[in-house]
Amino acid sequence: MFLLRRLLQDGCTIAARVSVPVFTLAEKPRRGEGMKAAVIIYPGSNCDRDCKVALERSVGADVSMVWHKETTLPEGLDLIVLPGGFSYGDYLRCGAMAALSPVTRAVVDAAKAGVPVLGICNGFQVLCEAGLLPGALLRNASLKYVCKPVALEVTNNDTPFTRAFSEGEDVVMTVGNGEGNYFAEDAVLDALEQENRIAFRYRQEVNGSQRRIAGIVDPTGRIMGLMPHPDRAFEAELGSADGARVFQSLLAA
Amino acid sequence: MTQAVSAEPPMTPTLVAEHGLSEAEYAIILDRLGRAPNLTELGIFSVMWSEHCSYKSSRRHLAKFPTKGPRVIQGPGENAGVIDIDDGQAAVFKMESHNHPSFIEPYQGAATGVGGIMRDVFTMGARPIALANALRFGSPDHPLTRRLVSGVVAGIGGYGNCVGVPTVCGETNFHPGYNGNILVNAMCVGLADADKIFYARGAKAGSPIVYFGSKTGRDGIHGATMASAEFDESSEEKRPTVQVGDPFVEKLLIEACLELMATDSIEAIQDMGAAGLTSSSVEMAGKEYLGIELDMNKVPVRETGMTPYEMMLSESQERMLAILKPGREAEAEAIMRKWDIDFAVIGRTTDSGRMVLTWNGNVVCDIPVAPLSEDAPNYDRPWVAPPTQNPVTSVDVAPVQDWAATTLKLISCPDGASKRWLWEQYDRHVMADTLEDSATPSDAAIVRIHGTQKALAISCDCTPRYVAANPYEGGKQVVAEAWRNLTATGADPIAITDNLNFGNPQRPEIMGQFVLATDGMAEACRALDFPVVSGNVSLYNETSGQAIPPTPAIGGVGLLRDHTKRVGFGDVRLGDMVILVGTTTDNLGATLALREIWGREDGAPPTVDLVLERRTGDQIRALIQAGHIRTCHDLSDGGLLVAAAEIAMASGTGLALRLPAGLSAEATLLSEDQARYLLIVDPTHADHVFAALEAENIACEPLGTAGGCELAVQDLFAIDIDDLKQAHEGWMPAFMA
Repeated sequence: MFLLRRLLQDGCTIAARVSVPVFTLAEKPRRGEGMKAAVIIYPGSNCDRDCKVALERSVGADVSMVWHKETTLPEGLDLIVLPGGFSYGDYLRCGAMAALSPVTRAVVDAAKAGVPVLGICNGFQVLCEAGLLPGALLRNASLKYVCKPVALEVTNNDTPFTRAFSEGEDVVMTVGNGEGNYFAEDAVLDALEQENRIAFRYRQEVNGSQRRIAGIVDPTGRIMGLMPHPDRAFEAELGSADGARVFQSLLAA
Repeated sequence: MTQAVSAEPPMTPTLVAEHGLSEAEYAIILDRLGRAPNLTELGIFSVMWSEHCSYKSSRRHLAKFPTKGPRVIQGPGENAGVIDIDDGQAAVFKMESHNHPSFIEPYQGAATGVGGIMRDVFTMGARPIALANALRFGSPDHPLTRRLVSGVVAGIGGYGNCVGVPTVCGETNFHPGYNGNILVNAMCVGLADADKIFYARGAKAGSPIVYFGSKTGRDGIHGATMASAEFDESSEEKRPTVQVGDPFVEKLLIEACLELMATDSIEAIQDMGAAGLTSSSVEMAGKEYLGIELDMNKVPVRETGMTPYEMMLSESQERMLAILKPGREAEAEAIMRKWDIDFAVIGRTTDSGRMVLTWNGNVVCDIPVAPLSEDAPNYDRPWVAPPTQNPVTSVDVAPVQDWAATTLKLISCPDGASKRWLWEQYDRHVMADTLEDSATPSDAAIVRIHGTQKALAISCDCTPRYVAANPYEGGKQVVAEAWRNLTATGADPIAITDNLNFGNPQRPEIMGQFVLATDGMAEACRALDFPVVSGNVSLYNETSGQAIPPTPAIGGVGLLRDHTKRVGFGDVRLGDMVILVGTTTDNLGATLALREIWGREDGAPPTVDLVLERRTGDQIRALIQAGHIRTCHDLSDGGLLVAAAEIAMASGTGLALRLPAGLSAEATLLSEDQARYLLIVDPTHADHVFAALEAENIACEPLGTAGGCELAVQDLFAIDIDDLKQAHEGWMPAFMA
């Protein structure tokens, strides 16, 4: 097994020499907890299946796939996921058209009623465009799409999505985006920091994001936007199982 | 380009020539029709008889390839090849070129190359699960190269990333021979149920012909003809023949198509690729000796005023043509509406054997189908063998003075340097089944079959400098290398797709390269039980009389029954033993080192002993599958020296190697003899490994041990791994900056 963490190492270190597989799923995936989740499928979403599988494998969730033309969501949801991809082809602006999609109105209503919402990658962009999270995701500073494993710091482990992590912990997930450069006005950024709403930060510069922001939550903590993909890091075979703990955190909530 | 107008233009020799048809070919058309064609008919003949669609120069030579095997479900002749991967599952794959358009318009050319090859795969009922590519660019010093690299890479990423299929591996080379003609070969691998494969054959008379996907525009008209001609100074003017892609529509089309296929309403289906509506309709009809009637007023068009000529020749992207079972039109339409995709019934099949097009109530084309496909020209072009190259050995070159500098040069030269700059722009992880990709140390990409322990191994290979030096041996080598790369992961090699890129076949020396290279490939395929199941030929890759190096690229696919038993080349532990497998000789001809260190591109390339290749590979694979080998890397460009450096960089662990007696350091470290592997073995398994290899009479010897932070070879040199990495990673970002 070649682990993602190895890819992040520079040069030859003693740690590399003695390294043994670092990623072990701390606990067996918990099953039968009855988590009920919905994954929204916009036209152009392409991580919808990945999110479903990640939820099933990480927490044994019962996952409904909801087509964008729906105007209602299943009853009794514990989580709504807006998956990655290129909703509506990223035309106009990433996430802009999805924010106006019929199902998104239902998502906003559910969020206001307290259902946790996780937007991953393009889903994060949709949450910003829908006004559920502040700021915007701009074109990467490199002006290029970037796909690579990145080291993240768990900046706040006191959210429904990060409870299974320790504060300040180093975790690894991959990014895959062309517009992952988080931007907001200084006052907004200051507020995010003061209110402890930055959930994950990149350890190193990745896409030009202000204050190295990789993931933020809304004031209630129940809505999270995350640029890296926990849905591609849910088991050691994929190089990292750290993403599974994002979903497992919700069980501890 | 000539456009049809309401008044038919006269059929002049100039008009015929503009359509890429020779006088002899035009005479055949006159004979088959018994009259002169009108413009629409001429256009249809011209694209169907273009090299791109008819394979008129290559067909008889492609017949040499073995195409059958116990796992082959469908060989060449359909949209893609299909192999059995057990448990009722099949892998569907093909590689295809988009060379000419990518040179003219790199972003769209490469993007639509990716889109086109994906459609070939999902047309057969398979969900695309992996993309790969083989790219060749001109010299890094050439003024166009950076722009072309930048555009092609952005195009490949822009399309594949959006559709959501991981681009898992590829190869990229630079050589002045591609200054005027770059190569963009894209491969797609899909997964299907073995009993639910869809074909272009199978249509019956009296069935509805339905069109779905994007509307037809004026882009790409004559793309197939353009791709069948040489370039000259005016090639820039051909930009309007390049198609424009929309990956968003492709994504919807995949989902809609797979949903339609689940309904059992399709008799035959074909994507509209090269030569668009013409070739898709002719191929489906031709396979069953049917006729076609199309109402051109029903074709969804992007703009008003389009003529039947333009509609039939457009290569607008993301379009499909299907022949449905009668009465199933409404069901199909409902699925397309759900996905917001245009749908139209545009005609029906007949038993007349003729293609009849009507427009505004008039018949605008009425020609027999058979001559378009079955009777297309099939040339036996004259050829000559290239001159034989003399061997180059270490006595023919100045001894290496500075081995550290030589090592750094080989891993940082354009062909040896890391291509991270490029593959980090490709989404390699979407679908969450990628286990090994361009970023990880593995001789082949490994993609898990969703929800199983199985995985496919995928590798793209070609060493054009060998093919140029000796097309026959070089042809053997491209197949052997793909087979070896799959073997080095522990996978069972199953089959290949090929993409034969050559110059102008009307020149005997180019045709000689083609004939001999395909001879060599066919022999290797037979010896290794590695049949060809699909492929593509791209000829006329030349500009102003200067042809590309012969480049028959291979996409190999293998099966891992249990992906946890695979190996890569990044796992090295302190005290592990380094073992060289295979026989090394003093042969530096056509090697990477000869070019990069000594500035020479002559010499006879390594020969391939296919019996030894097979025996060695089979034994290595058995040892990997039995868990005796920690790490395995095949020896290719740059020989032992580069393979050892790559292992050290990937693992972050040093290697201390000795030189075996009997050969010069230059030969030992830089020769590119085939059928060789470098193994890293836990010492407790070493005895077993040696015994197993020696029992098969395969040369193997301990070369050293793992440990430390340096790659060190006896008293020749020692380089810190950090320095290796810096050199290896540094070239491409600096070049593209």
